[in-house]
Amino acid sequence: MLLLNHLWIILALPLAGAAINGLFGKRWPQSAVNSVAVGSVSLAFLAAAETVREFCNLAPDQIPFIGNYFTWMVAGPFRVNFSLQVDQLTVVMLLTVSFVGMLIHIYSTGYMAHEGGYYRFFCYLNLFMFFMLTLVMAANLIVMFVGWEGVGLCSYLLIGFWFLKKSAADAGKKAFIVTRIGDFGFTVGILLVFAAFQSVDFGTIFRDVSQNPRSEALLTAICILLFTGAIGKSAQLPLYVWLPDAMEGPTPVSALIHAATMVTAGVYMVARMNPLFSRAPAAMLVVAIVGAVTAFYSATIGLVQTDIKKVLAYSTVSQLGYMFLACGVGAYAAGIFHLMTHAFFKGLLFLAAGSVIHAMGGEQDMFKMGGLAKKIPVTYWTMLIATLAIAGIPGFAGFFSKDAILEAAKSGPNANLALWLLGVAGAGLTSFYMFRLVFLTFFGKPRFDEHKVHVHESPKNMTVPLIVLAFLSIFGGWFAAPKLIGGIDHFEKFLSPVFTAYAPQAAEAATATSEAATSSGMELLHALTGVPVIVAVLGLLAAWWLYIKNPETPKRMAQSLRGLYLLLLNKYYVDEIYAALIVRPLLWISTNVLWHVVDEGAIDGAVNGTARVARESGSQLRKLQSGNERSYATWVVIGAVGFTVLLLVLLGGAR
Amino acid sequence: MGTQSHLLTVITFLPLLSVAALLLLRSDDHVWIRRIALAASLAEFVVSLLLLPGFSAATAKYQFEEYHGWIGDAIHYHLGVDGISLFLVLLTTFLTPLAILCSWESIRENVKGFFVALLVIETAMIGVFVSLDLFLFFVFWELTLIPMYFMIGMWGHDRRIYAAVKFILYTMFGSILMLVAILWLYGKAGTFDLPEIQGLLQSGQIAFSPRAEMLMFVAFFLAFAIKVPLFPLHTWLPDAHTEAPTAGSVILAGVMLKLGTYGILRFCLPLFPASAHRAAPTIAVLAIIGIVYGALVATVQHDLKRLVAYTSVSHLGFVVLGIFAFNTISIQGAIYQMLNHGVSTGALFLGVGMLYDRRHTHEIKEYGGLATPMPVLMSFFLFIALSSLALPPLNGFVGEFLILIGTFQNHHAWASWATSGAVLSAIYLLWAYQRVALGEVTVEKNKTLPDASTRERVILATMALAILFMGVASPLFTRRMEVSTNAMLEQMKDQLGRAQEASRPATLPCLTPAQRAAVTQTQQPEQAALATTPERQVAP
Repeated sequence: MLLLNHLWIILALPLAGAAINGLFGKRWPQSAVNSVAVGSVSLAFLAAAETVREFCNLAPDQIPFIGNYFTWMVAGPFRVNFSLQVDQLTVVMLLTVSFVGMLIHIYSTGYMAHEGGYYRFFCYLNLFMFFMLTLVMAANLIVMFVGWEGVGLCSYLLIGFWFLKKSAADAGKKAFIVTRIGDFGFTVGILLVFAAFQSVDFGTIFRDVSQNPRSEALLTAICILLFTGAIGKSAQLPLYVWLPDAMEGPTPVSALIHAATMVTAGVYMVARMNPLFSRAPAAMLVVAIVGAVTAFYSATIGLVQTDIKKVLAYSTVSQLGYMFLACGVGAYAAGIFHLMTHAFFKGLLFLAAGSVIHAMGGEQDMFKMGGLAKKIPVTYWTMLIATLAIAGIPGFAGFFSKDAILEAAKSGPNANLALWLLGVAGAGLTSFYMFRLVFLTFFGKPRFDEHKVHVHESPKNMTVPLIVLAFLSIFGGWFAAPKLIGGIDHFEKFLSPVFTAYAPQAAEAATATSEAATSSGMELLHALTGVPVIVAVLGLLAAWWLYIKNPETPKRMAQSLRGLYLLLLNKYYVDEIYAALIVRPLLWISTNVLWHVVDEGAIDGAVNGTARVARESGSQLRKLQSGNERSYATWVVIGAVGFTVLLLVLLGGAR
Repeated sequence: MGTQSHLLTVITFLPLLSVAALLLLRSDDHVWIRRIALAASLAEFVVSLLLLPGFSAATAKYQFEEYHGWIGDAIHYHLGVDGISLFLVLLTTFLTPLAILCSWESIRENVKGFFVALLVIETAMIGVFVSLDLFLFFVFWELTLIPMYFMIGMWGHDRRIYAAVKFILYTMFGSILMLVAILWLYGKAGTFDLPEIQGLLQSGQIAFSPRAEMLMFVAFFLAFAIKVPLFPLHTWLPDAHTEAPTAGSVILAGVMLKLGTYGILRFCLPLFPASAHRAAPTIAVLAIIGIVYGALVATVQHDLKRLVAYTSVSHLGFVVLGIFAFNTISIQGAIYQMLNHGVSTGALFLGVGMLYDRRHTHEIKEYGGLATPMPVLMSFFLFIALSSLALPPLNGFVGEFLILIGTFQNHHAWASWATSGAVLSAIYLLWAYQRVALGEVTVEKNKTLPDASTRERVILATMALAILFMGVASPLFTRRMEVSTNAMLEQMKDQLGRAQEASRPATLPCLTPAQRAAVTQTQQPEQAALATTPERQVAP
């Protein structure tokens, strides 16, 4: 119980690392910065592991285990403690975040070795770990919000790490502002939660809502507002636009923040708030629709991107969509399962892409790569494994988690075949664009000047994390394997207390009835079970056909389907539409109407006009009475008395 | 308070005493003028800290009271602090040494006059916060104007005369209305003593017709609203801030704007509760317009200092909104946000001033890429900007969030609209930061600018620590505000109830049941049974 009683230690370690490197790192050699940064995160992982071990010895009634540290805000009936908690959901997040975080820290010591501002990078990265761990361990909405905003800050700092580049600075700012638009909803959602429950503590809210039912309209409003925050943070339609731009950041940052951890915060939040969401079916439907549509939509954009990181970015948006689809159909455990496996394989994909970029001396355009498989074998094999995983090829981690989601969308209690269809189509596209990436990068003939680019495998501190993640990308999904042969999904079983403790009674009944009612259609549904796998294989074959067998075909297709191709290449012109409809009008109105017309024209005009009248009458008075110059007081008094009289008359008349 | 303490008198007049010391020095002895001014203001800060151990958070009564006859029978020298004014006094004494330190090198002409003006303003501002006699209050209120007028007019930038005149005209206009109202109040009550007038009102010994009360409310409120400044009375502020020297902007934004919000809390609400309630919807709408409008106009400014000035319009909109939500959470949040804004915006002005000292311009396009030549200064700048855009766990978040959550209890729509200010503040601050600090250095001169000096680092680090401390340790502050705030709301409710009994039966809920429970627990134990009222359920 040593660490369980001191949960704050897990947070304090990376925070201390950030503070030490931030204050002294500038004067230290890289090795010292490394030891502090990697050391603090590794210790945090060990502390997390020990915490989980102790957690496993707890009796069920001691869960969630809560640690209260200090009173952070108190005013009237509003009271927020800085309190942390551990339950099964936290355990999954804690281990995923701290372990993947540790690997990416190690990788970064290689990737960033030749960059300026080394200490600054690790200071931000450690700070990120602090906020991310705060987010997943928070025991109330406000502490969660601290982590939520804090990771956003670190994301801002790290996307704009190479701040001399305008595009990087722009991207950082865009990320912060777009997610803040989502946070508007999140904040109002928290306000409404407190108004409804007079508390922001998860435990209190959940107990309250399961004992004292609230109107569905209220819960729907709360859930949709909270989900707005998730839309921003987890880059869903229509607020996903910041994530592709965020690829301006160093690649380890893309792996850690914009794939494995921060962007999944929205999914975690929805899963955490499941007692509310489960009582708001309309909100659940919204979550599912947004997730499924985003999953499909951004997969289509991924089809034609040429920048290796951009493909992965749209892929991330798409995969996050699957996680929301899972939550939306009530399969929270499947969503969190996919969150975890995605952290492994997508983290790996980004790190491997970073290794490719490293090998290519900074090149990110896949059409200027090719034939790298032999030259960088470790990168190739690990990236291939991750691709097989994300494509959902049986046996790999992504297969189990994606299958669980699509299965729930097809035949779960809140099944929705239309959304299932979108998900399956997206799975086919995912397989296609991922194998397109692999084929373009590693196969065929090199499309770069081999005399200029000296392709080299990355150093050990970069390849070892790749290998570890590749291992997890295969085996990380096997918790669910027994289910395939009629057994149980261990992952789902482990998480089930979180998702059933405060589940509405009605939902359980619904599960039973839906199972009974659809038994006639069950055979058809069973027949569809293998479809995602078939679609994934088809995607693989299509990519092989187009990029290995007939490499000239894609160009011809782009010619003949020019309109569609340009639409996809330009990402449906969404950025341009936002700029034209929102950004520019807002700036124009602010400048030309609010500032120049209202402020300077109307208000100041009135003030200056009054002053001019007063000055003129003052000079008239002076002519009459030889008054003293610059005596503003005179007309101030006149004006004020006049105004008072006016006020008296006006108000007197009004009543 | 059984025995009279003279601490408040000492705190109020210590700066004035050091002015006397400064006057003894030769005008060209700049080194010692600066040193003595700084030492005096630091001593003042330390002395003001003595208020903390003696202050009791358990009572709503005025503490450290001093009461002496002054002019005739009606006018008294009556000082005291409660949970509302305590920290505003400390804010004043905290910011003044920093304002002196930031003027160390930038003020080279008439140095003595400058520091004299600064210290006189300090006395005047503290006087405003501790006066419990309306006449005394008015004297201090007016006393803040004159040195500030000179500070802008003499040590300001290019358009200083226009700005100074605009500042004084706007404020004088409000002052005169307030004076009329104070005299009217005196005519009715026969005293200038605030607690006495409050007592008379509470016991029903004096009462106003609704129209008379509204007129007095409006007269007081206009004076305060100009100071805040509430939209659309704000146009003096961008000019005054932009033209004032750095120390002037720090004091203006840091403390002087709060004279307005403090005045509203101290006079408008307790003395004229019915009118305050009637006017609340209008004022809240103006406050929300101010939040959005100030933020939008700030976004498109080309002048960095003007940009920061407009952010005050937005941030003070939050404070006014929190006050007129008549909710204990939002009012405590409003008081806390006054302090936070003083620190954050004061710090922003200090940062802008440091840039001005180097380049003598506020034009944003003259900067760009400054993070390369001056990483330390720009890191602090970003930290301060983050506090201003209410990033948790920094101070701005706590204040803003308390205001929002409190306002939301009574008015969903108000709080929701105000929340949009949080999005907008990210836009204008991060965009400004990008244009100033990020990218390549675009202006040749900027490449060799020196990073923060030791003196500047001390200033910025002090501010950064205050920002962090106030972010994580808010209960140290709000616990001392709680009882005074609740007492004020309770008293307003009583008075309102009496007024309604007299006229017509109606309900104007100003507290949620839970708050009422909290109040009854602290104030009237015998009514604690009321605390069992079921919690209110809110439908959207």
